[in-house]
Amino acid sequence: MVRMKTIEILVGAFMAAGILALFFLALQVSNLSMASSGTGYVISARFDNIGSLKVKAAVSMSGVRVGRVSEISFDDGSYEAVVRMTIDSKFDKIPDDTFAKIYTAGLLGEQYVGLEAGGSDTYLAEGGELGMTQSALVLEEIIGQVLFSKASEGTKNAEGTK
Amino acid sequence: MLDQLALLGRIGLGAIAGLGRAHLLMFGLLRGLGDLWPRPLLLVHQIHSVGVLSILIITVSGLFVGMVLGLQGHYVLSKFGATQTLGVMVAASLVRELGPVVTALLFAGRAGSALTAEIGLMKATEQLSGLEMMAVDPVKRVLTPRFLAGFIAMPLLASMFSAIGVIGGYFVGVGLLGVDAGAYWSQMQANIDLHEDVYNGVIKSLVFGFVCTWIALFQGYDCMPTSEGVSRATTRTVVHSALAVLGLDFILTALMFGN
Amino acid sequence: MSTEEPLVKIRGLRFSRGERVIFDGVDLDIPRGKVTAIMGPSGTGKTTLLKLIGGQLRPDAGTIEVDGRNVHRLGNRDLYTLRKRMGMLFQSGALLTDLSVFDNVAYPLREHTALPKSMIRKLVLIKLEAVGLRGASGLMPSELSGGMARRVALARAIALDPMMILYDEPFTGQDPISMGILVKLIRELNDASRLTSVLVSHDVHETASISDFIHVISEGRVVESGTSTEITGSRKAWVQQFMGGRPDGPVPFHYPGADLADELMGDARC
Repeated sequence: MVRMKTIEILVGAFMAAGILALFFLALQVSNLSMASSGTGYVISARFDNIGSLKVKAAVSMSGVRVGRVSEISFDDGSYEAVVRMTIDSKFDKIPDDTFAKIYTAGLLGEQYVGLEAGGSDTYLAEGGELGMTQSALVLEEIIGQVLFSKASEGTKNAEGTK
Repeated sequence: MLDQLALLGRIGLGAIAGLGRAHLLMFGLLRGLGDLWPRPLLLVHQIHSVGVLSILIITVSGLFVGMVLGLQGHYVLSKFGATQTLGVMVAASLVRELGPVVTALLFAGRAGSALTAEIGLMKATEQLSGLEMMAVDPVKRVLTPRFLAGFIAMPLLASMFSAIGVIGGYFVGVGLLGVDAGAYWSQMQANIDLHEDVYNGVIKSLVFGFVCTWIALFQGYDCMPTSEGVSRATTRTVVHSALAVLGLDFILTALMFGN
Repeated sequence: MSTEEPLVKIRGLRFSRGERVIFDGVDLDIPRGKVTAIMGPSGTGKTTLLKLIGGQLRPDAGTIEVDGRNVHRLGNRDLYTLRKRMGMLFQSGALLTDLSVFDNVAYPLREHTALPKSMIRKLVLIKLEAVGLRGASGLMPSELSGGMARRVALARAIALDPMMILYDEPFTGQDPISMGILVKLIRELNDASRLTSVLVSHDVHETASISDFIHVISEGRVVESGTSTEITGSRKAWVQQFMGGRPDGPVPFHYPGADLADELMGDARC
């Protein structure tokens, strides 16, 4: 009987440890805290080019994460990308003339949407749309532009010809 | 020539028949689950022998795998000046792949082979026959609790493996190699997704738990009731489980992370 | 034989394992309340016959009726109900190695009855007392000798008070004392509780001493049936050789092979 009790206790401890480990993975390792802050409202913005922006990418203001991209679709009337973002409900004072821009985290990092607050007194709510956007910077285009301008200047840069 | 062809045919038919018996056993196991409720103690006993006794090997292996990941990851990432993403690398490898897969392989070696040997010996010593003659269904009474125990224990063991591995990576990365502790955790949290990574890892290990335990029980139940038969069945359990885990891992990964 | 309907009725039984034919048309009756022995050389499938009676194996043809019911026509539930009324003593005892002697004997009671704990305890002790091992109830099967393990298995087999017990080679590998105990137990249990006992063995002497009827099987058929005195006095040469344990006779000493002289004089092929 004593042996049986120890087995029960060991198994109980085992289950607890396993579930604890799962909680550790959920809370400490993954971004559960972000995901489950739960309710929010959806706004949308149109971009000419979203680069490699993905669903679930961060939406941040002044570097603080305020939401995430929930849906990306293509409007075949205007040939623009429509990005829907779920903004955390506690950030409910975002002016409706806010400027949305796609940034890249670091040189090779993931892309995210950065919001720059405007000066309006009316705030965005469910279904709101951002009018002013700037597309993602596409690396190839920038390099192309640099090369083009250098070439047109006619200077033979050593690095350019290499 | 004709003889060899006949031999090939016989081996093929034998394999198909074995597959058939394995699935019949699986249905028997699933049917037996319903009768397990009135006897939770049977399950507790089996979780002890399948799960608790595997903790040591799982946690120690997890720790070392995490430490190696920290070391290797740091070496590669430092070339790109991206050592602050070490946490992401360690956690993603563990939670998505190494946790479920390595745990399943260790489980097959530790618990699976023990299950096969136990059931095989029960068969060789006529204990299973004896139960049948006592009007007790050995599949329901002996095999099903072990099956459920393996199914429950595997994801818990895999979670422990991953959790300890992340900590092992932290020891090496932050403790020895000087990665910033804040970056280690925050990058990890920002880039590991609960659904995409953690839940999918758990689903993988549930599948592996199902398959490994099923293979182990089938090999034990189907073995030749001699000492040679039991030892061969034990070997087969480890080999078949390893192949099944690695093959299934590819399929599951393709289903989960592919588009 | 009595006019009473036999407990087990086997008709036209055929059974084969792969290519090997084990039974080829066996007809056998096992009367109620008696000790019936089935004898034959090793490898004639005596154990297989018990497994067929218990419904663990399925015959290729023929019928086996136990207590008027065709074993192989029964559904799973009915078969299990029937098995509760049969006990089987395996050669190895087949005790559950992770349970103590007490728990092993209590096992069928706990599985199949809803008796209170104290009642089960009493029943188990009575059964263990019957086989003389009440004092060993706390031991584990690994601590028992072969003979004791068989006696515990016997106590377990009679735990549910079955109508019939099947003994699979109960005397094999026993020292004379345990053999004597088992012989006595089988006979006493049979007479005390109106059991029917079926005994499979090739230990001629002990078996003949306790059996009421003997069936001798060889090469898939029943060679001779009768009371034990009839069988020991049989005039069939084969039965005489078997019962007398003579090395040569209808069953040759030599495994069939080429002529000795030819083989010795011939070229070495190895």
